[in-house]
Amino acid sequence: MRQKFVFVFELIFTLLVAAFLIIPIVLSMTAGITVNYFRGVGSGLTLAWIGEVWTLYADTIARSFEIAFTTLALTVLIGVPAAYALHMRPSRRSRLIEEVITLPLAIPGLAIALALLLTYGGFGEFRRSWLFILTGHVVFTLPFMVRSVLAVFAVTDITTLDESASSLGASPWRRFCDVIVPNAKGGILAGSLMVITLSLGEFNLTCMLHTPLTKTLPVGLADSYASMRLEIASAYTLIFFIMIVPLLVAAQLLADRERLSRSADP
Amino acid sequence: MTALHGASVGLRQCGKTFADGRRALEPLTLDIAAGETMVLLGPSGCGKTTTSRMIAGLERPDPGGRVLFDGEDVTAIPIERRNIGMVFQSYALFPNMTVAENIGYGLKIRRTRKAERESRVAELVMLTGIGGLENRRIDQLSGGQRQRVALARAVAIRPRVLLLDEPLTALDALLRERPRGELNALLRSLGVTTIYVTHDQAEAMVLGDRIVVMRRGAIAQIGTPRQIYFEPASRFVAEFIGAANIITAPLEDGYLVLRGGRIGVPASAITGAVAAMIRPEAIGLMAASAANLIGRVATVNFVGDRLRLTVIEAADQVITVDAPNTATVRAGDQIGLAIPPSAVRFLNDGSA
Repeated sequence: MRQKFVFVFELIFTLLVAAFLIIPIVLSMTAGITVNYFRGVGSGLTLAWIGEVWTLYADTIARSFEIAFTTLALTVLIGVPAAYALHMRPSRRSRLIEEVITLPLAIPGLAIALALLLTYGGFGEFRRSWLFILTGHVVFTLPFMVRSVLAVFAVTDITTLDESASSLGASPWRRFCDVIVPNAKGGILAGSLMVITLSLGEFNLTCMLHTPLTKTLPVGLADSYASMRLEIASAYTLIFFIMIVPLLVAAQLLADRERLSRSADP
Repeated sequence: MTALHGASVGLRQCGKTFADGRRALEPLTLDIAAGETMVLLGPSGCGKTTTSRMIAGLERPDPGGRVLFDGEDVTAIPIERRNIGMVFQSYALFPNMTVAENIGYGLKIRRTRKAERESRVAELVMLTGIGGLENRRIDQLSGGQRQRVALARAVAIRPRVLLLDEPLTALDALLRERPRGELNALLRSLGVTTIYVTHDQAEAMVLGDRIVVMRRGAIAQIGTPRQIYFEPASRFVAEFIGAANIITAPLEDGYLVLRGGRIGVPASAITGAVAAMIRPEAIGLMAASAANLIGRVATVNFVGDRLRLTVIEAADQVITVDAPNTATVRAGDQIGLAIPPSAVRFLNDGSA
């Protein structure tokens, strides 16, 4: 009796998840390849909408990738040495710096965007270029990179590894290249995937920071929902989906592998 | 294996106060001869690790303190330019490198030619008995193998000073004896100045040319293992090294007067109440009728290589005696204790 109740409960729960999570995705994606959404799939399937999206919004897709990978490069270049420094010199000041870096996690994207606009909005060239959006993305994603690298440092006893490399004669730079980075690889990779997916999907900040000439993919998506046929917006979603899912899967696989290797190593 | 050239090490008024104001080390002066193995021994928190990290260059002494290598002031020189070797308690092997790459890392940093590096690595692999493991990853090694790799890596660069921080503590207690013997033989053959940090007094005895016994951030005694064992300077040293009976009793006419009799002691100017140390193995058993000191056996424990007895009624406190494992005594027996005067050692500070 009790077992049956549990089964029914689980079934209902699963169906609810499907109803709210999976069906909308499937519907949205099929809408993107349906000739006429209002007449249903019966009207036939087509790739024309995707072609249409490509001609209309290819530049936003390219820009999004450009921004995402530049953001990644910057967060790696800033975040990994920052994490190293923060971990090696634990002091009240380093705790404070860590808090400041982490702050964008707690502040709404809109507020960050507003602050950036207030401070740098006057620099016309900068304001109009994609670099302005890039700045916002770096501020927003940096804590993810730093946190993820710090987490790996904490479990690998990087301080002693650093000391042992220094006892063998390695300068701080050599230690960083030979010992710190290779042993933080897992954290850097996990952080990188997070930074890329966050940057690609970022709407909050970017919505405020963009100009008509510097739209990114999510901003373009909002734009197409507002002003285009539903099929085009859906086809756009489909493209976004195809791009982002492999990244999410990779992040998941990586996390699993990390967990496995950690449990194997006493 | 060519003998290494070890440097003499000197500490001059080296104190250490941590950032939070905690005093880890009282200003300390210490000289270690070139090629000597000096053991820093003491309970945890005594400052032994801080001392060795100061010699390595991982900690700076408080202002006024100086670290000397061969008389040259190296206080301001960072660790990577001190040319030392170090073995950490956790071994700190690089997980991203193979065994051979770990051992050769210091040579790579020094831009040693590849052929020379490889022959040196091969030499050390043989010396430390880890042949066949060269291409293993670190996580594929046992604890004992890691300890050998860490040692090989530390000596590969022919350091002037070798520092070992509890290198055997991570091993299972039963598995420690063999590596300890091997380590001893290896250190002797290398001839490098060695600073060995441990809390294990048996390890200290076997490995040390001299031992620095430390307590609460200060030196309690410096001496050879024999001096530390037979002539402890204080009650703390006597009790920390081996087992010791510490007897407080009045001294009259060259005898310690106890409840169960008296013990003849070495000629001394001291009179009145004294603290004296007697090692359990220095006490012999004899018939009660002929003895100067008589007690009653309270417990008998057979430990294999000897009998450990506790004797009551001889003194105000329990006296521990190590007897030959063939002795036939039972709990409750009346027994005589034979203690030669040379086995009695007065302690300068009965209180400490």
